[in-house]
Amino acid sequence: MRLTGSGVRCVRGGREVFSGLYFEAASGEALAITGPNGAGKTSLLRLIGGLLTIAGGSISLEGGESELTLPEQIHYLGHRDAIKPALSVSENLWFWRDFLGGEAFDPAEILVVVGLDHAAGLPAAFLSAGQRRRLSIARLLAVRRPVWLLDEPTNALDAAGQTLFAKLMGEHLLRGGLIIAATHTPLGITARELRIGGAS
Amino acid sequence: MTALAALIRRDIKIALRVGGGALIGVLFFLTVVVLMPFAVGPDLALLTRLGPAILWLGALLASLLTLDRLFMADHEDGSLDLIVMSRTPLELTCAAKALAHWLAAGLPLVIATPVLGLLLNLDATATSAVALTLLAGTPALTFTGMIGAALAVTLHRGGLLLAVLVLPLSIPVLIFGVAASEAAITGPLSFGAPFSILCALSLVSFVVGPFAAAASLRHGLD
Repeated sequence: MRLTGSGVRCVRGGREVFSGLYFEAASGEALAITGPNGAGKTSLLRLIGGLLTIAGGSISLEGGESELTLPEQIHYLGHRDAIKPALSVSENLWFWRDFLGGEAFDPAEILVVVGLDHAAGLPAAFLSAGQRRRLSIARLLAVRRPVWLLDEPTNALDAAGQTLFAKLMGEHLLRGGLIIAATHTPLGITARELRIGGAS
Repeated sequence: MTALAALIRRDIKIALRVGGGALIGVLFFLTVVVLMPFAVGPDLALLTRLGPAILWLGALLASLLTLDRLFMADHEDGSLDLIVMSRTPLELTCAAKALAHWLAAGLPLVIATPVLGLLLNLDATATSAVALTLLAGTPALTFTGMIGAALAVTLHRGGLLLAVLVLPLSIPVLIFGVAASEAAITGPLSFGAPFSILCALSLVSFVVGPFAAAASLRHGLD
């Protein structure tokens, strides 16, 4: 499986963010997108996820499931964590597991993995920032998706959480997955760097 | 199917819990209808004549009150991104969200109508006629209102914009809803004709609403 972007151009609000961007990632590879604030890291992730319209060039996935579009094979972990404060931790996870569909795993076990099993029945409103991030990460494990798009994934995670997440990313790559992460801090896994934006 | 069922279950759960919109809508409906006799005065005959219109206006405003959260809440916490990217067609997702909204916020209005009918001096026949028209008409309010809710998300404006967009679209529903209720109460027109048109409006909105809302969401996600 190979994700390729060629000559990708991004325009936001009439202003060109970047253009002529080439990138490539194959199964088992991680790509770390770096660059100064406002360089378009998040925009690139959203372009790949189909959430922004591509202004030029193309992004394609070879060797994925042919019946599914690219966004349908993606897990997107954005700035906003898609957690409903009124629902409990396990209700949040169960919802995404059922809604996203595909090959699914047991939410109770996943909550143990991310270290939230003690808070399973607690309304998500009471979670700390780090715990919310752990719950978002649990979503990545609840159903299988080959491509992970991660936007500053280690934000708000404590040291143990970062180690855990690096391990989970490593396992995903070993299974033949593919990771594209926008980040300022080292991810803790071997990743090729894609630098966008001007020299700074 | 599991995906849509999960979405409907989640939306209803959120609406029914503390801070959800379901109860607020009913309370607002109650308040509007209770205020009317104070404004109109204690003229029982006049209240009976205005009754169906007041109930319909109350239901319209109450459903509008909770509609602007339909997509906005999901947009703010990032859920909408995942919903757009998911394997379920966005049109079906929109329809499921509207259905959940109607079950949580529209149906309680219909159930509350018999109680509020008493306050407006409506007899049993009149109240059941109004309740029946609301049952047939409020889905149309939700499904057309959904278009406005989707536009409000894409234009990054909530609240008042939604009211301005949605109220004109709901005029036909209001006309035939009230016409059917009055036909049942005072005649001389038959109840059947306006009621059939009301049902037709609902059916049209089931088709148009999800497609328009999905198109708006797809186009405007930035």
